[in-house]
Amino acid sequence: MHTGFAFLEIGLTRQKNTINILFKNIFIITVGLLLYYMVGFNLMYPGDFNGFIGSIVPGISPPENGMTAEYADGGYTWWTDFLFQGMFAATAATIVSGAVAERMKIGAFMIFTVVYVGFVYPIAGSWQWGGGFLSSLTIGDAEGFYDFAGSTLVHSVGGWAALVAVYLLGARIGKFNNGTSQAIPGHNIPLATAGVLILWLGWFGFNGGSVLSANPEATSLTLVTTCLAAAAGGVVAMITSTILYKNLDLTMFLNGILGGLVGITAGADQMSPEDAILIGAIAGALIVFAVSLVDKIKLDDPVGAIAVHLICGVWGTLAVGLFGAKAGVDQFLVQLIGVLCYAVFCIATSFLIIFALKKTMGIRVSEREELEGLDAHEHQMDAYPDFRLNEH
Amino acid sequence: MKKVEAIIRKSKFSSVKKALHEVGVNFFSYWDVTGLGNEKEGHVYRGVSYSTSDIQRRYLSIVVNDDFEEVTIKAILSAGSTGDVGDGKIFVSQVDEVYRIRTGEKGGNTLK
Repeated sequence: MHTGFAFLEIGLTRQKNTINILFKNIFIITVGLLLYYMVGFNLMYPGDFNGFIGSIVPGISPPENGMTAEYADGGYTWWTDFLFQGMFAATAATIVSGAVAERMKIGAFMIFTVVYVGFVYPIAGSWQWGGGFLSSLTIGDAEGFYDFAGSTLVHSVGGWAALVAVYLLGARIGKFNNGTSQAIPGHNIPLATAGVLILWLGWFGFNGGSVLSANPEATSLTLVTTCLAAAAGGVVAMITSTILYKNLDLTMFLNGILGGLVGITAGADQMSPEDAILIGAIAGALIVFAVSLVDKIKLDDPVGAIAVHLICGVWGTLAVGLFGAKAGVDQFLVQLIGVLCYAVFCIATSFLIIFALKKTMGIRVSEREELEGLDAHEHQMDAYPDFRLNEH
Repeated sequence: MKKVEAIIRKSKFSSVKKALHEVGVNFFSYWDVTGLGNEKEGHVYRGVSYSTSDIQRRYLSIVVNDDFEEVTIKAILSAGSTGDVGDGKIFVSQVDEVYRIRTGEKGGNTLK
């Protein structure tokens, strides 16, 4: 997943900020795993708890039956669980990295990541996957919020923070001139393409793995729905953007694939292939409108993280109440309540963290650093030392 | 002796090179240049239209004896043209002297 995110982010941004983005992505995966070991895993899976916030128990130590067939019905061991969940945790912060690219101070980003991945993500996750209050929220026939592999728990949690961060940071210099949105084209579209295809493969791990056993029927269905939603998302985004903008924009095509993937994630095991195509297709159309909406309200999101992860994450979560085995008014209401709970918690926590950073150390690099590139100033490095053709 | 400089479309480079060889012009230098001009290239990126006036072209610098001036220019004019705005320009100027570095000899013979 992180190879994919890293490639996508550097591909859709400018050459002068490449090292900075790679650095953030490597920081997230390494520090994210350590944090998940130190506090995250226990905070997210606290066993019996009050349903809202678990306790901080440092380190991980497997329960007595953690390596035997009794644990998780023999589907996996305690160690597997840690590794799998740790990867999810790191993904949530990566979403923010793309949205704040090309202008956020690396130090501020690191502190934000530590707090968000170390504490906010696991607490939010415990509400559902850890057996918290949302997993037992019952309305009528609907028993419990449903988020199979993280449309809300991973993607929206990252997406809300991305929204708040972009709002507090402000747009890149030159993005909105005289009130109109300007194009700041990415410097390596082939890398962005490779990134999306690698992410697609990574999704097989996330969604397929979320079956939590090698159950042939459930796993293969999940892989099929995941794949079809991605394909439908891409195709519909391609058609929509071509109709609206009269050009065949590859980056929208790519974002559409990701939108389809994020959209199907909440209900990947509950959908028929037809449902999956519909969910993916709607996500693909949403992407195109969301990218332009984000532009219209003067938020600068270089890689489309808000459109892909937040908008399609919310859509995918609600879609569980509209399509597939769990569809129904009651389930839709439960899903909606879940989405709102996460929105309030994530917006509030990320606002507190980033606003505090803004008022203390500052979150934005100087104008000169931004114009000359974060690589030169934050890192004193050059991503392509023998390949400098343009000012960017 | 004359210096014939031409700014041409990159896509026309191989046909111009071939035409020059056909009229006996076998030595010249070239490099890629970026410039500004009348042509505007329209682009759309993620739903935002923009145009760039940065134009990529190839720059040829050819030094020939006076009797080759006309054929050289004709070769470039015919092989480098598409008829659209942006085909480029040819500049002709006087060259005072030419030296061959290996032998130190000078004059028109050095261009043969």
